[in-house]
Amino acid sequence: MQTRIKKNFDILSKLKESTVIPFVSGGDPDVKQSTEILKSFAKNGARILECGFNWNAPVSDGDPIQNSSYRALKNGAYIEKVFEIIKEFRKDYKEQAIILMGYYNVCLKFGENNFLKECKNVGVDGLIISDLPFPENIPFVIKCRNIGISFVQLIAPTTSNERIAKINEYADEMVYYISMLGVTGSALKNSPEDIQKKYLEIKKLCSGNKRTVIGFGITQNVIKKFKNVDGLVVGSQICKTIEKSIENGQNSAVVEVSKLYKTLLNEL
Amino acid sequence: MSSIKKGIPFIDQHDENGMWGKYGGNFIGETLKKPVEDLTKAFEKLRNDKGFLDELEYYRKNYIGRPTPFLELPALTKHWGGAKIVVKHEAQAYSGSHKINNAIVHAMIAVATNKKEICGDTGAGYAGSALAIAASLFGLKAKIFMGTHDMERQKIQVFRMRSLGAEVIPCHQGSKTLVEAVSSCIRYYTANCDRVHMCVGSCVSSTIWVKICAWAQSIIGKEMEEQMIDMFGKIPEKLSIVCAIGGGSSSYGTYSSFIDKDHVKLIGVEAGGPEGKKNGADSLSRGTIGILHGSKSLLLQDRNGMVSNTTSISAGLDYPSNSPLHSHLKDLGRLSVMSVSDEEVLESFKLVSRLTGLQPSLEPCHSFAATAKLAPRLSKDSVIATNCCGNALKDMDILAERLKLD
Repeated sequence: MQTRIKKNFDILSKLKESTVIPFVSGGDPDVKQSTEILKSFAKNGARILECGFNWNAPVSDGDPIQNSSYRALKNGAYIEKVFEIIKEFRKDYKEQAIILMGYYNVCLKFGENNFLKECKNVGVDGLIISDLPFPENIPFVIKCRNIGISFVQLIAPTTSNERIAKINEYADEMVYYISMLGVTGSALKNSPEDIQKKYLEIKKLCSGNKRTVIGFGITQNVIKKFKNVDGLVVGSQICKTIEKSIENGQNSAVVEVSKLYKTLLNEL
Repeated sequence: MSSIKKGIPFIDQHDENGMWGKYGGNFIGETLKKPVEDLTKAFEKLRNDKGFLDELEYYRKNYIGRPTPFLELPALTKHWGGAKIVVKHEAQAYSGSHKINNAIVHAMIAVATNKKEICGDTGAGYAGSALAIAASLFGLKAKIFMGTHDMERQKIQVFRMRSLGAEVIPCHQGSKTLVEAVSSCIRYYTANCDRVHMCVGSCVSSTIWVKICAWAQSIIGKEMEEQMIDMFGKIPEKLSIVCAIGGGSSSYGTYSSFIDKDHVKLIGVEAGGPEGKKNGADSLSRGTIGILHGSKSLLLQDRNGMVSNTTSISAGLDYPSNSPLHSHLKDLGRLSVMSVSDEEVLESFKLVSRLTGLQPSLEPCHSFAATAKLAPRLSKDSVIATNCCGNALKDMDILAERLKLD
C-alpha cells in the first residue's frame, strides 16, 4: 500500500535526508492558530506531522504537553474540533502525512469504528495511541489496516528484542522508539550514541523496510547528535514555545513556532 | 455473561488479558509492559511462597495488630429498629485504617524484588501514611503523590507522612485530587521503573495492582468470616454486607470471603457528593465504560471521553472511576449499589459517634449512612455487617467546620 507516510519516507530516503516530525496539540493555543501552525510546518518542509487529540488524564506526558492539552481543552478542542483542524489543513496540503496522537479512551468513547472512519474522511494517515500497547492493540490494529490507516507501534527501552519481533508483525510502515524511561518533555536521559545503538537494533528486527522515528527528550540542543536516523519527533519544545508566546501576551505563537521548526531542520 | 466460580478467588477469575468480564486490563504505555510483566511474575510466586506468607503473617499479627475486632453495635441495632448491626473495626489496624494491609504487602514485594524506593498515591492520606509507615519499617525511601486540594483538606496526614520521612509530592494539575495523584505517580514510576516499586493504594490501575491490593485486603473478609462464625455459629442466613466504595480496597477486602456465598447480599455505597448536585463520585451508579489509569472500568466521563471532576466531602472516595472488580460484580448482578450525600454522611458521623463512641472517618460514614436507610426496612433476624475502615482523626478539621458543634 502506497500510503502518504511511506511516500514521504521514500522521498526522504532518495534525498538521503532525515526529518523532524513536529507535534502540536490540536487546538493549542486556539483552533485557528494551531491549524496555522500545522500549515507553517508543512510550508517549512515538514513531510510527516503529528497532531495531538487531547485528553485530561494524559499519564505519558510531562508538563509541556499536559499544559498544552489543557489549554486546548479549555478552548473546546475535543476530538471533533481536532478532525476539523485536519480537514482545514488538508485544503492546502495534500502530500504531507498526518499522524494523530492521543489516548485510547477518546477513541473508545467516540466509537472505534466511527473514529477510524472520521480519521479517513479528514485525511489522517496514522495513529499513535500511547496507552494501547501490544498485544492489547491487535484488534484495533486490524481495524486500522482494514480502513487503510497506519498504526504506529511504540517501542521502549524496556522492550525486549523478542517482543520487538512480535510487535513487528503488527507494525505498519513506521515504528516509534521512546528514547528513555520517562514521560514526554523530560531531559534526554541516555546518550544519543546509546539511543542510536538501540535504534539500529530495532531497524534490524523490524523487517520490511520499516522506518523508525525517535521521540521523547528531543530538542534543538540534541538534534545534531543524531546521525542518519529516519526521523526525530519534537513535541514538548514546541508546546513550551507556544506557552511562552502566550505568557508574553504577543499572540505570536505561529511565528515563534515556525521559527523554531526552521531551526530544528537546520540543526539536522 | 460469565458467572462467578466457586472455590477460586474472584481476583483470579480474569482472562489471559487480565480482564474481568469487560473490565480491567493493561492500558499502559509500552515502557511499563516489562515492569508489569516482572511484577506479575514476582507476585504470583510470592503469594505462594511460604517464607513470604509467614513473614506477612508475622507483621499482620505483631505490627498491624490483626485480627482487628469484630463486634455488634447494639445501640445502632436498637436505634434503627431492624437488622442487627455488626462491624469489622478495621480502624483498629495500626495507622488508623485498612490501608496498612496493602502497604505492608507492597513494601515486602519491593524488598523481595530488590527495590530501594517505593512510590504511591494518596487521597485521604491514609494510603500515603500507611505506605510511609511500611517504608520506614522496611527501610525503603518513600515518595507519596497527593493532590494539592487534598493536601489542604487533610493537612495532618501530610505532616504525618513527612514526619515518617516520606517525601510528599504536591500534584497541582487538573482536579488537584486523587486522580492527579495517581496520574503523577504513574508518570514518576514510568521514569524510574528500573529502580522503584509502585504501590497503588486502591483496587485500581492495571490488573496486577488491582490483584495485589485485593489480595492484601482479603484478610479483612477472611477474618470477618471466622469472627462471624464465632459470633453466630454460622454465616447468618439473612446477611447484607454494606461497604463504602471509592477505589474499592476496603469493600473488596470485606466482600472477599462472601462473593461466592450466594445468599449473602453485597451492597456498595458510593459518594453522592453535595445534596442535589449530581457531581459526586458515584461511578458505579452513573458511569459508563472507560479507561483511566491503566484499566477499563465504569468511569464518570463526558460525551467526549473527558474524565469528570467529582466532588465529595471524603477525599478517599473522591475518584471518578472504581475498581474493575466492582464494575464486574455489578454487571454480574452480584453487587448492588446505592449512594449517599455529603449531608447524610455528616449526620451519620454524629449519630454513630454519640451512640457507639466509634468515630468512623468520612469514608466508612458513607456505609453507616446507607445502613441507616437499609436497617429499619429489614427484619430483626437479619444482619448488616459493615466495615469501619478508618478513624476520623484525619477528618476533624472538616468535621469541626461542617458540624459547628459549639
